Amino acid sequence: MMVAKSENAVATSSAHTSGASAPGDRSGHELHAKELKQQQRREQWSLLSLALPGALIVFFVIVIPVSWLFFLSFLGSDGEPTLQHYRKMIEYKSYARTFSTTFQVSLFTTLICIAIGYPLAYFLAQLPARWAGIFMLAVLLPFWTSLLVRTYAWLVLLQRKGILNDFAMQIGLWDSPVKLVHNMTGTLIGMAHIMLPFLVLPLYSAMRKIERDLMHAASNLGASPARAFWHIYMPLSISGMVAGSLIVFILCLGFYVTPAVLGGGKVIMVSTQITAILENQFNWGAASALGVVLLIATLLLLFVAARVFKFDAALFGKG
Amino acid sequence: MKHAQKTFQRKITSASNIATFAAAFVATSAMIVTANASAADPVTVVSWGGSYGAAQDAALFNDASKNSGIEIIRESGASMSKTCLQVESGSVNWDLVVTGSGGSAAAAAKGCLEKIDYSVVDVSDFYPNLYTDYCVGSDVFATVMAWNTEKYGEPGSEGAPSSWADFFDVEKFPGTRAYRANNVDGALEPAIMADGVPPEQVYEVLSTREGKERAINKIREIKDHIAVFWESGAMQAQLMKDAEVDMSTGWNGRFDNAAKDGAKVGYTFNQALLDYDCFAIPKGAPNKEMAMKFLAEVSKPEYQANLPFHITYGPTNKKAYEITTASKELVESLPSHPKNVPLMSPVSLDWYAEHRDEALEMYMELLSE
Repeated sequence: MMVAKSENAVATSSAHTSGASAPGDRSGHELHAKELKQQQRREQWSLLSLALPGALIVFFVIVIPVSWLFFLSFLGSDGEPTLQHYRKMIEYKSYARTFSTTFQVSLFTTLICIAIGYPLAYFLAQLPARWAGIFMLAVLLPFWTSLLVRTYAWLVLLQRKGILNDFAMQIGLWDSPVKLVHNMTGTLIGMAHIMLPFLVLPLYSAMRKIERDLMHAASNLGASPARAFWHIYMPLSISGMVAGSLIVFILCLGFYVTPAVLGGGKVIMVSTQITAILENQFNWGAASALGVVLLIATLLLLFVAARVFKFDAALFGKG
Repeated sequence: MKHAQKTFQRKITSASNIATFAAAFVATSAMIVTANASAADPVTVVSWGGSYGAAQDAALFNDASKNSGIEIIRESGASMSKTCLQVESGSVNWDLVVTGSGGSAAAAAKGCLEKIDYSVVDVSDFYPNLYTDYCVGSDVFATVMAWNTEKYGEPGSEGAPSSWADFFDVEKFPGTRAYRANNVDGALEPAIMADGVPPEQVYEVLSTREGKERAINKIREIKDHIAVFWESGAMQAQLMKDAEVDMSTGWNGRFDNAAKDGAKVGYTFNQALLDYDCFAIPKGAPNKEMAMKFLAEVSKPEYQANLPFHITYGPTNKKAYEITTASKELVESLPSHPKNVPLMSPVSLDWYAEHRDEALEMYMELLSE
């Protein structure tokens, strides 16, 4: 889909330039059209060859290993084909629960990121470019800091005798320590913090592209600021929001470190269970089967969501 | 004339080329021959990070390498699953790997380990049960119950916790607990003992599905009080240091190191699980023979005698107790000391070989609730 689209863009742009270089040349029209077509084809090929290294990497680093995992998941420890790894996922309830936890954590993290990230991106987009750059550092600096460091920093802040609990008890906000970490709350706080830039960056660039004149025109025509926002600004920024949310959601599905450190062993993600199976049972087949199910569940979910929310348009720019 | 000169020059150059080649060839083959003759490829020794690996470097590896003349490369991140991956993919680059006893048994069952050559490695002074066909014990540790001494008192004092039943009694000892995460090793035994099964019958009871369920149910009773499930020894120490929990299961050496760092933590060997770490050689290790010789060297009592200075894990070689210069107090605090052994129950490798997979699935089910 992406390829087809860019080829079209090339075709139109090359047609434009050639047309401009030879205005009113009627006698060579036929020849010209032929040349144009050849040129177009050459450009298509050169574009394809530009994409070749990327395509090769995807093939060798993603397609082959994932197919290998898929194949492994149907092999028993004796090397015979079997469905035992999938049967085990039905037999023990822990697997269904792990998947449900994984999707819940990803969904909640995405929602928190939208709730915090949208106003933040809006604020940044309204600022003059220089100020926006400075405020953007507040988003980017944590982004450039190691994930592990940020995760442990949250642990220090949130634990029973941590800075936050100490402070709140000193000023009398609460009497006994509140459980802020080693549970779902801590996990979501940490993950939302780590994921926020992935939502803000695409959203900010989408908002920057919105013409201010549109808002002026709306108020000129009598729309209240709220109405102008909901009817003009929001729909135009939605593509950036969908793109950002999708990145956040999908990255969350594979998270390991943050839930392991801040979840206190109570937030068990699919990645945690894969590690447990590998470390304890050395069972590549069972671990692969979990990976395969997660991949398929994610693809299905995205497919359905794309249909329901019609965000394929937003993703691929057809709108 | 000119032409002849040129040919001549060319001949010279090509001759010198050949000479260079020949010299290079001789040199390289000489190198190969010397390499073969001395077999001086270093042995890759893989252990765990943190205070454990550092203690082994200081007590065992550095001196053993110096005295035996066997060169070693030290790596961290030892894991039996990675060892099996290397063996199965046919690209083994580890020679000697540290592992838990249970992990080595599982890896051996999968065919990932070489048999130990006991004509090279001398275990005549070892405690029995601390070496197997595939693994030679390196140190003895205990899975103990530790607690915040400010909250529940010093070990052995009046009213301090003294058995697993106390760990599971949240009315007598109100407070938060920590327990093992995502791994069933040493997780069911305390629960079943707390439920009234005497230590010597633990593995018999746990061999049935009902027995395992009984242990799981016991953990479920206090699950709301388990504030954290720990993933590593480093985490056990951190949880006690930060007073994040009041009581935890864990490995004795880690709690001793935490106490050294100022944590208010104490533990008891009573009803603890006696276990050991060991050295294994991956199947098809590139430098198998030298690894075996190095293993023989580090298993000597004179190195093990130094281990207690760096971490409170006991030697597997009885003789180490005779020759160690450590203080009486330190020696008596080691898990393999004859005074402490009778208090504990040894971990059953047979049970783990047969029941670990099922037990893990059941335990994960409890954790994910």
